[in-house]
Amino acid sequence: MKPIRTIMAKEWAEVMRNKLVFYMVALLPLLLTAIPVVMLYIMGRVPASESDSQELAGMLQNPIFAGMTPVEALQSAMASSYLVLFLMMPLLVPVTIAAYSIVGEKLARSLEPLLATPITTTQLLLGKGLAAALPGIVMAWFSYGVFLIFARFFSASDRVFRVFVNPMWLVAMFVLAPLLTVLAVGFGIIVSSRVNDPRAAEQLGALLILPLMILFIGPLTGFIMLNSTTFLLAAAVVALLDVVVVYLGVKLFQRETILTRWK
Amino acid sequence: MIRTEALCKYFQRNHQEIKAVDGLDVQVREGEVFGFLGPNGAGKTTTVRLLSCLICPTKGRAWVNNLEVGKEDQKIRAQVGILTESPGLYDRLSAQRNLEIYAELYGVADARGQVEKYLRFLELWEQRDAEAGTFSKGMKQKMAVARALLHEPPVLFLDEPTSALDPEAAKTVHDFIESLKGQGRTIFLCTHNLDEADRLCDRIAVFRQKLLAVDTPEALRRQLFGRQTVVHLARLNEQMAATVRGLPFVKHVEVLPGESGAGKLVIRLSDPAAQNPAIVQALVGQGAQIQFVNELRHSLEDVYLSLIHENRA
Repeated sequence: MKPIRTIMAKEWAEVMRNKLVFYMVALLPLLLTAIPVVMLYIMGRVPASESDSQELAGMLQNPIFAGMTPVEALQSAMASSYLVLFLMMPLLVPVTIAAYSIVGEKLARSLEPLLATPITTTQLLLGKGLAAALPGIVMAWFSYGVFLIFARFFSASDRVFRVFVNPMWLVAMFVLAPLLTVLAVGFGIIVSSRVNDPRAAEQLGALLILPLMILFIGPLTGFIMLNSTTFLLAAAVVALLDVVVVYLGVKLFQRETILTRWK
Repeated sequence: MIRTEALCKYFQRNHQEIKAVDGLDVQVREGEVFGFLGPNGAGKTTTVRLLSCLICPTKGRAWVNNLEVGKEDQKIRAQVGILTESPGLYDRLSAQRNLEIYAELYGVADARGQVEKYLRFLELWEQRDAEAGTFSKGMKQKMAVARALLHEPPVLFLDEPTSALDPEAAKTVHDFIESLKGQGRTIFLCTHNLDEADRLCDRIAVFRQKLLAVDTPEALRRQLFGRQTVVHLARLNEQMAATVRGLPFVKHVEVLPGESGAGKLVIRLSDPAAQNPAIVQALVGQGAQIQFVNELRHSLEDVYLSLIHENRA
């Protein structure tokens, strides 16, 4: 365990000193939390316009919003959008850290002396993986907690607040989010093995949010209904992808591959 | 301490097999400084990586400190220190933190104490809190040397230890290697600096995918060029050369005319210490005015280039 802790401490020390990465890791969750908090506040306070009221009237026909006031319906309807924002954190934060961590070591040529130590490949991979993954998932859960605190006050009613702690949200945050983190780390390792610029690795890693957009756009088109079942299915798909990505990542993170092919 | 048997490493590049190391048989004794010389692309770094268990052999076997490469890699890595081609430091971390990380990874009991010891020895203690990225090339190289030694390994692989160092820093490293030798450490030294190899190494190997020669620098000189005495004469003539050629133990005489009738005779012998007096006597008997008599010592560069060119042919 000690080698893993040493690697994690080293990774975090470097992140703290890399202003670009540090601000990305600190500010992104702040922004992704502030947006839904502000939206929730505004929706609860600013009266709807004439056109909004007409749209809302149509929406209120939906049985999901049965018995809700227009404000309650509006706040509840936006819930799934907020959820997608929270699911971006366990993707983007680890990918950023992993990109700078691995590509940075490639550029500094510091992987060889590291591989020359008695640390096993598993320990090294776990150390780097956990160092990238833990901030992402911790930030996501912490941000969710902060959001819930604000949501308690800004929700139009208890009925609205309960939407943010319903099974769909809980499955998404506590089942899907950690799986997305694993996907992000594995993908980050694969991309970093081929790329020599951390920013390019980060940008390629950000492509991971594209599938997440299905959860955002799907409900709008009516093709996907967001509920706990949908998220459980999504978690199953991501889990399968995790197996593939972790397998490929481990194969690429072998000493010989790093020294002879990571150029 | 280090032993290889038909060690091979082949790489696949563009569907072609590249033989980086092709049948290396070598033994390095405990406490020896072993020079490993060869041109760029000869496979020196690949050999170091094989022996330090960074990469696996394609064929053959190797042992480091009686542990077999490929079977006990983690134990081997714990017992070797390696100075890689580039220092590979963490530029954003301080010098002290850089070394503490490695001390922890090597399981050093008193990481802080050991780091302080080597930072002080290499005159970097005052800069311990500075980011490694602010260091000069020489300082980074010293840090890399310190990193290789933190866990007091019995075997060291040093790949170009004085590259990019100014003469003063290079001398510090040379003296350091001498002191390590005095401690009984086994040092496998890859270098292009032939003076460095000549000065520090007990034996050297010349390598180009295969081993071309291995012996002490002096033995290699003798094998390739024999032993030669140079007689500097104030007046050189053919009669003097003939007199020397007439001596039964003389193998070959080369006449090198100089300016104003002076010149040199380069005489190949088997035992200069025993045979020089007879040569001097013969020349004096002919009325020669002998200015200097010395043994011709070929440089290690001559040895190296001769071996490489032979191999190329």
